Amino acid sequence: MKKEFIYLGILGILLTAFPAFAGPYALSVATLILYFAYTGQAWNVMMGFAGQLSLGHAVYVGVAGYVAGGLFFHYGIPPFIGLVLAILACTVYGLVIGFLAFRFGISGVYFALLTIAFAEFTRVGFDHLDWTGGPGGMFLKVAQRDAWDLGNFRGPPLMYYYAILFLTVMAFIGCWKLLRSKPGYYWQAIRENEEAAQALGINSFRWKMLAVAISSAMTALSGVFFAFYYNNLFPEQIFGINRSIELILGPVIGGVGTLFGPILGAAVLTLLSDGITEGLAALGWEIPGIKQVFYGIVLLAVIMFLPNGIWPFISKKLKLHA
Amino acid sequence: MLEVRNLSKSFRGLKAVSDASFEVPEGGINALIGPNGAGKTTIFNMVAGVFAPDAGKIKFMGNEIQGLRPDQVCAAGIGRTFQIVKPFAGLSVLDNVVVGSLLRSKNVSDSKRHSLQILEKLGLGPKRDQPASSLTLPDRKRLEVARALATRPKLLLLDEVMAGLRPTECDQMVEVFRGLNQSDGLTILLIEHVMRAVMALAQHIGVLHHGVVIARGTPEQIVRDPAVLECYLGEETEI
Repeated sequence: MKKEFIYLGILGILLTAFPAFAGPYALSVATLILYFAYTGQAWNVMMGFAGQLSLGHAVYVGVAGYVAGGLFFHYGIPPFIGLVLAILACTVYGLVIGFLAFRFGISGVYFALLTIAFAEFTRVGFDHLDWTGGPGGMFLKVAQRDAWDLGNFRGPPLMYYYAILFLTVMAFIGCWKLLRSKPGYYWQAIRENEEAAQALGINSFRWKMLAVAISSAMTALSGVFFAFYYNNLFPEQIFGINRSIELILGPVIGGVGTLFGPILGAAVLTLLSDGITEGLAALGWEIPGIKQVFYGIVLLAVIMFLPNGIWPFISKKLKLHA
Repeated sequence: MLEVRNLSKSFRGLKAVSDASFEVPEGGINALIGPNGAGKTTIFNMVAGVFAPDAGKIKFMGNEIQGLRPDQVCAAGIGRTFQIVKPFAGLSVLDNVVVGSLLRSKNVSDSKRHSLQILEKLGLGPKRDQPASSLTLPDRKRLEVARALATRPKLLLLDEVMAGLRPTECDQMVEVFRGLNQSDGLTILLIEHVMRAVMALAQHIGVLHHGVVIARGTPEQIVRDPAVLECYLGEETEI
């Protein structure tokens, strides 16, 4: 375990010191990477640990964003109160979806379909709500970019970078602890073989519900972050299926069920996407859609050659236990 | 300790088990034998909580347990193995057993210690860090037993754990079960095709045929029972 802690320590120091020598563009890319890393980690609790495939995780980002954003926008309620309500709302929503699925034995691809369905009708529902601004969107007042207003979670990009870095670190530690305790063992047992898990005294319904609750509560924090970082919310964008897919690409490419996979995957994908954009601009290729083609080819290559993700491959090469 | 009374179960009109009754005394090793399709595994699955019986009662240590969920049956003190092995393939051998041990352990390090003892007992100690998917079939069968034992059961249900083992491996397993029975007082009910193991282990045998218990007795009585000989070897006919 020693070597792993040293590497993690170095990475932690680098990430903490990063803003000191990064320009505004690099800082925004790093913030985006950490946002996807954190959200991917949250999704990983459900899929990677407990084996329950959610293809509608954007629903928690959206609900939380609208709850905290809406309370701030309409009533000036500070986001740290909105956050609590957002977590509550998402956890309850997750538990409702989980209850419907697990009580009636819906699993595998059917569970995934159910999560898509919930995300979709939530999107349609939010399109018809006046309180959220409907399809026209909700815009939070853009703050003074140079003044720190921690109480209202308004401030310079630096503040958002450290906030999401803090969340990512906490999520990493939390997931690491969970994996090494009873819930982690029970979730993995359910993921590997639910019938055998039950025969060992595991009430799989209860433990799957716990995974959904933790995952949705964690994702709620990404939603609040999203709302206050981007300052605008559109149902079409935030609840869309492509948003749900985008959230899970990180852990899938990095390594489902691993602790470091979501972080690595988010970094690889974000840098790749931005790198392709930059590269194409430098080459002067202005063909519409070419970026997506390159992106798709790289994804395809990773899935073909490293079907378990990039991280398991690297950790084997470095002889790490993670 | 286990009392099965007038148990019946049908699948879409096909009677898998009909009016079966037997009991397993505390500290005993009993076997349930019978040809393929006789309903042995169905009885097991009803005891273990996989299906609820259509009729009949299952009493374990004085409490009725029919219709409980599998996890409740396990928590009540009944451990089981699966005929078609179901390892947690992605986890290490040790972690497979830890999952079982956590049911009655205070914490993970306690259950690791407990699991290592069980792995040693079953000869899986040297393989503890391998992924379960890398095990051979005989080792997977041992892992099934180790995992079930880790839940600290009072009654262990063994569903054809000897099938696929070589005779020497089979004898080793027999020794393990004898040891568990004698030193830890574990009660065992086994379903088995391998008569070598049944004869060596069981104090009492029930024979199932077409879902009906056709004979019960000691191994010596069973091998001489004409009804048993008929269902296994065919009817004697005068030529």
